[in-house]
Amino acid sequence: MSVLFLSAFIAVIGAAGYVICRQRAMASADGNIRNLHSLPSYYGWHGAIMAAVPAMFGLAIWLLVQPMLIERQLQNYFPAAEVENPAAMTLLMGDVRRVAGGIDVAVARGALTEAEVAALDSGRSDIRAELSSVGVALGSQVTPQVLAAAKDYRASAATGAIGRSILVFVLALAGFAYAVRATHKDFRARNRVERVTLGLLMLASIIAIMTTVGIVASLLSESLRFFTFYPVGDFFFGLTWSPNFRGNSQLGLLPLLWGTLYISFIAMLVAVPLGVFAAIYLAEYASPRARSVLKPLIEIIAGIPTVVFGLFALVTVGPFLRDYFAQPLGLGNSGSSVMTAGIVIGILNIPFISSLSDDIINAVPQSMRDGSLGLGATKSETIRQVVLPAALPGIVGAILMATSRAIGETMIVTLGAGAAARLDLNPFEAMTTITVKIVSQLTGDTEFNSPETLVAFALGLTLFAFTLVLNIVALLIVRRYREQYE
Amino acid sequence: MTDAIATGIPAAGPRRSILIEDALTRKRNRSERRFKMYGLGAITISLLVLFVMLFTIFRDGYTAFFQASLTFPVTLDAEALDENGNRDPAELAGVTTIGYGNLLRAALIQHLNAEGIDLGGVSEADVGALISRDGPAQLRDQVLADPDLIGQTIELQTLATSRLDGYLKGRVTMETALLDSNISPEQLQLADRLSEAGIMTTAFNPGFLTLPDASDQRPEAAGLGVAIIGSLYMMFLVLIMTLPIGVAASIYLEEFAPKNWFTDIIEVNISNLAAVPSIVFGILGLALFINFAGMPASSTLVGALVLTLMTLPTIIIATRASLRAVPPSIRDAALGVGASKMQTVFHHVLPLAMPGILTGTILGLATALGETAPLLLIGMVAFVNSYPAPPLDGGFLDPATALPVQVYSWASRSDPAFLERSSGAIIVLLAFLVVMNAVAIILRRRFERRW
Repeated sequence: MSVLFLSAFIAVIGAAGYVICRQRAMASADGNIRNLHSLPSYYGWHGAIMAAVPAMFGLAIWLLVQPMLIERQLQNYFPAAEVENPAAMTLLMGDVRRVAGGIDVAVARGALTEAEVAALDSGRSDIRAELSSVGVALGSQVTPQVLAAAKDYRASAATGAIGRSILVFVLALAGFAYAVRATHKDFRARNRVERVTLGLLMLASIIAIMTTVGIVASLLSESLRFFTFYPVGDFFFGLTWSPNFRGNSQLGLLPLLWGTLYISFIAMLVAVPLGVFAAIYLAEYASPRARSVLKPLIEIIAGIPTVVFGLFALVTVGPFLRDYFAQPLGLGNSGSSVMTAGIVIGILNIPFISSLSDDIINAVPQSMRDGSLGLGATKSETIRQVVLPAALPGIVGAILMATSRAIGETMIVTLGAGAAARLDLNPFEAMTTITVKIVSQLTGDTEFNSPETLVAFALGLTLFAFTLVLNIVALLIVRRYREQYE
Repeated sequence: MTDAIATGIPAAGPRRSILIEDALTRKRNRSERRFKMYGLGAITISLLVLFVMLFTIFRDGYTAFFQASLTFPVTLDAEALDENGNRDPAELAGVTTIGYGNLLRAALIQHLNAEGIDLGGVSEADVGALISRDGPAQLRDQVLADPDLIGQTIELQTLATSRLDGYLKGRVTMETALLDSNISPEQLQLADRLSEAGIMTTAFNPGFLTLPDASDQRPEAAGLGVAIIGSLYMMFLVLIMTLPIGVAASIYLEEFAPKNWFTDIIEVNISNLAAVPSIVFGILGLALFINFAGMPASSTLVGALVLTLMTLPTIIIATRASLRAVPPSIRDAALGVGASKMQTVFHHVLPLAMPGILTGTILGLATALGETAPLLLIGMVAFVNSYPAPPLDGGFLDPATALPVQVYSWASRSDPAFLERSSGAIIVLLAFLVVMNAVAIILRRRFERRW
């Protein structure tokens, strides 16, 4: 029975649980709601939860575990040498699944009967041609082992499907029966329902933790595999980046790190003065009316997708800088450069810095301003000598957060910074960043068995660590600053 | 000379009114004005750049919605298309697009001769090159769908090649044509005569919004159909995944969670996840969903899962803020009349916080709609020219692409005709974002309560 059908069954039995348990509770209270411990709908919900939730979890776990068990069982069909090589195994299992899927389609369309499938023999018949005649295309020729494994796969999957259906039926019916038996006017249905709800709420909040665990685990495990191919020291301290998909690559991090930091530095050079001055004007000078217009306008910048900024860098900013600065100054003739990417990332970060700094400046107590103004200082003197020093830790935190965003920015550098890994001081030269290389090493490639693709995970880990440290420091600074004035 | 200091009384300065500025005051006031100007200047520069960016995008992009096409009568010659005259679909399908291309070229030349338009030394093959390579394929599909057309003469409107289109839009000029192997100045002069005769016209091109992507040689036929469907599929999936999970997690953290190390970890985690670069989520999706769980690459389901994980922290933060904005008196009142904690939250706090939650969710969806980098890693940048199936037929597992990814992949192609389409795609993307933000603002205006 298909998963869709089982889900529908669970839904139906859940609904039945609701109706029947609610009725039973009302009947046991002689139809008088005041004799019940909980409101009638809670008895209904209890019935629905007991019937549906365990069955749903059972189904989910079965769907996760079954493929793993079947794959382990299928390993017997292949020589030990291939089983030990995870990459080869992934390919083989993909083949097996495709062949099995192809046979399924053929059977479903009536091109093959089950008896004919059992008689299939790659020695005698051309499986590939036979399957393609019913519209199932296979990439490569089918070997006898793969065919045998595919047949076994289909058999196991069929057995699994029966087991799955039985499990779901048993769990759903048992839960249903339990709920019906337990339903009685003195049964504390509300407490039970609320406990289950609380559990589900907690489960949802744990997803955030699981995401982090997933990120760290996937980055770490693949990075470790990369370091079995490639020495750690050469990666972190190598001065050349020249990947070569035929092997013998030099994968040094430093040129990429240099490009990343150089571009982020220029971005901050643009974003910090513009962002902080904009925040000062909005918080201290602008009339409420002007503020209500200007602030949303600046925040529009933050709402525009980064790929739009990337195209702007590629089409407008890059050629502009090349024609009016780089070429007249003799600094190069590349449209994509550190400057292009840096300036555009800087603009992207203006609203980020300005709105964070705006909040922080607004949090400086008015009494401090009043004291300074009362002593005869002008408004700008008050801002420079009283407000800004008081707000400085918070502004530094905002700048650090913006830096981490600049370091992790991908689309603008992919389109505007170039692809050449280079250790150079000339800001009008094309350089590349960690994020650009993650994209270029991973795009269109899902076989993770060469250092050239695995290096992307080590780059990702470096990026993650960098931004994480920056964010934690920024968070601590901002938090301490908030405590100071609360 | 020292008596003034010794007595402690300052020497009387020159008498003057405080209404007259002295040098120091003037200096201080000047620096005051300068400081204010810096602030105003920063805002002006930021808004100016924003304006320039939007202006260039619209200037470059709006032309993508218009396309040059050629209109001329075509006789669907039975001799060429159906040699045996039996209208057998299998035999009809045997005629390739090359055959239809020859037919179209011959028809165009015949029409030009009939109209008395001088070819001006352009060879017959080059006249044929004025027709988009998509034209023969479309005509073939049309004939295969309706074999009765064979033998008739139909008035056909077919796309012109992107170079002619660029010529009408000013992108291609006589000078660039000299350097371009795909078009010659003679062909452009012929195009001028075609325009005068009304054979070549420019009109609104609905195909830009509905057609799938096209290969490098046919920019004129490339459209956003697959990208728009892919983006809509993903937004739907992201919505049904983030809204329940985000609301549930926020309710737990804001209303029920005890203050202990575990909930502390969750909180720090969420604020850190909100700041993790989006590309890291792409790596996670690639490793977890595609490699480990074996989900199909390029599918909208994987894209939506990645975007969900990415937007969840933002949505949780927004939802918690709107739950916090519901005053404690509401909770106290509900608890006071005997509601349980759970009833208080679900019957009173949540409905009151709902407008804020929806606004936050829509804004989170808008961010997800514009996100590109993680989708590149899970293979959505692949060339997809077939529409995904409807959702109930497993369409969420079909390969698709997304609007921002289409912007990127067009921007990175070499033919300048694709740059125009890239900007056009941005206009469509921005239109979606404007609508979503407008809905969020309206929701906020209409339902927001000030306590």
